[in-house]
Amino acid sequence: MTAPERTAPEPVVRFSRVTKSFGDIKAVNDISFDIRKGEFFSILGPSGCGKTTTLRLLAGFEEPDGNGGEVRLLGEVVNNKRPYERNISMVFQNYALFPHLTVEKNIAFGLERRKTPRADIGPRVRKAMEMVRLDPAIFAKRQPAQLSGGQRQRVALARALVLQPPILLLDEPLGAIDLKLRKEMQIELKALNKQLGITFIYVTHDQEEALTMSDRIAVMSNAKIAQLGSPAEIYENPRTAFVAKFIGESNFFGGIAKRNTGNGWEVESRTGSGFRIPANPGIREGGEVQIAVRPEWMDLVRPNEVPANENSATGKVREVFYLGEMMHIVVTLDEGTDVTVAMRNEGQLIKPLSWKTGDPAAVAWLPEDCQILESE
Amino acid sequence: MAGVRERSLAWLHRRPQAQAWSLLGPGTFWLVMFFAIPIIIMLVYSFMVRGIYGGVEPGFTIEHYKRFFDPLYLRILFRTFWISIVCTAICLLAGYPVAYVIARAGRWKNLLLFLVVLPFWTSFLVRTYAMIFMLRDSGLINAWLMKLGLIQTPITMLYTPGAVMAGLVYGFLPFMILPIYASLEKLDLSLLEAAEVLGAKPAARFWKVTLPLSMPGVVAGCLLVLIPCLGSFLTPDLLGGAKEVMIGNLVQNQFSSARNWPFGSAASFILMAAVLVAVMIYLRIKDRSPLEEK
Repeated sequence: MTAPERTAPEPVVRFSRVTKSFGDIKAVNDISFDIRKGEFFSILGPSGCGKTTTLRLLAGFEEPDGNGGEVRLLGEVVNNKRPYERNISMVFQNYALFPHLTVEKNIAFGLERRKTPRADIGPRVRKAMEMVRLDPAIFAKRQPAQLSGGQRQRVALARALVLQPPILLLDEPLGAIDLKLRKEMQIELKALNKQLGITFIYVTHDQEEALTMSDRIAVMSNAKIAQLGSPAEIYENPRTAFVAKFIGESNFFGGIAKRNTGNGWEVESRTGSGFRIPANPGIREGGEVQIAVRPEWMDLVRPNEVPANENSATGKVREVFYLGEMMHIVVTLDEGTDVTVAMRNEGQLIKPLSWKTGDPAAVAWLPEDCQILESE
Repeated sequence: MAGVRERSLAWLHRRPQAQAWSLLGPGTFWLVMFFAIPIIIMLVYSFMVRGIYGGVEPGFTIEHYKRFFDPLYLRILFRTFWISIVCTAICLLAGYPVAYVIARAGRWKNLLLFLVVLPFWTSFLVRTYAMIFMLRDSGLINAWLMKLGLIQTPITMLYTPGAVMAGLVYGFLPFMILPIYASLEKLDLSLLEAAEVLGAKPAARFWKVTLPLSMPGVVAGCLLVLIPCLGSFLTPDLLGGAKEVMIGNLVQNQFSSARNWPFGSAASFILMAAVLVAVMIYLRIKDRSPLEEK
């Protein structure tokens, strides 16, 4: 497998027009994507979007529909292969540790099934435990029931990694542990991915987690991939309103493209006010335009202090939220919609914000910060 | 009236011990009255002198216990154990797959469970007589086989060890199926998926995950079959003929036709002791089993 890969970098995973239905419902609808070797690839989406089915198709718990496309692993079509015939490992959402086996036996389970020589099993189990920072002297003989959530998580990870699989599937593995530990595990997972060269395929509904760890993210919605790209591409250039809403926060504006100024368009909103957007091949005169602007890319100014080159909309401050590192100010625009502006918190005790509920205000943003959305 | 009720509830509420006793009371009464006291009476009888027309006469003797260690009776004890163990094994082999299928049967689950317990709706005696009608020389099975031309003369099935075994297995099978079903039903399916991803083929998945995790049900089922099987007397009596096949028949005979109550009591206590020892050995083995490391 290794020799041809070097010449032609073949994807380790390839979905070609894969469809999977349960009864009348398509859980995965005609999706295609490649995953590169060694990549940290996240599948992100709300519950019911098809992300778990996608992972289960990869693991082999589900098969694509009769003529529902092809799933390839390491170049080989695996549509009808059982999980034990695929060279993959998986970490389950609830860890799925065998309650009747000790930690070491749990970790050795896969090695024993793969007929690893007896003499190799001990050292490999020990190494895997050290890799996930579980002291073998303390934990080897424990039962899963005697472990905390975080420790179980580590055992599940060791049990999967000990097989040195080319591909590791992770099904929301950090969902059940507390925030502090979760952050720690995120860093460790990312480090393991880089250090071991194993391709990680990570399913989550937590957008922050996906942004933190992933090389690339596939955002799923309604059994389709809404967008696939690097975290920066997804966050800074969301393709649809769904992606803009699901990843981070966004303020939305809409209108009709009125005039091409050469380096962009002037858009007139329904209420008559206007804004400018950068040039975009998808826009034609008289067509509907929808844009999203991230709260942190907007400024809050006095209505008469809007910089000349910026878009703006006027309204009144509705609420000021203290979030710690950020301040969020919600402004109700004259046209009735709410817009959130985010500012760095520079210390409310020393340098308090001067905005109060009811203050007249204008939100201002640069035309190039408009994220032009495709209709869904 | 309401005042009395309120007051007594309030009184109970302040006294957790009285509360516990009032809950334990009815059941305890039953067990003491109809289990503990009779067993003590039997224990006392087993050391007393046999009365000529049944019953007992005063005195103390251990002769009845000595008498049991005659090869004749030891053979019955041994046979009882042998039959019960084989019966338990057959129930396990036949019952496990049934329990497995029911646990995976989705919406058919309740119907199948209903069918398993359906035989309990009729008396065990009636069902055993029904088996006699099936098995005897002029019974249904022989009639069918002869009609089909497979045999010319009837096969003797009734009053054979095979008939006793068939009857015992039939009678106890639900007691094996139900506890195994209960533990298989609780089995977390993601454990099976984990095993599969880790490389376990279906057979390994069964031996290494499903079976060990259903061991509590298997143990419970085996005890629920083995213990009553050791004491059974109706099935061997009706299907095995008037021979003293199992120790239960021996005890029954001593109390009825032989009119030797002390010896019957002694035999009962020896059976009880043997059951206790057997169960303890069994649970020991089970604890040491590598399948059940918990």
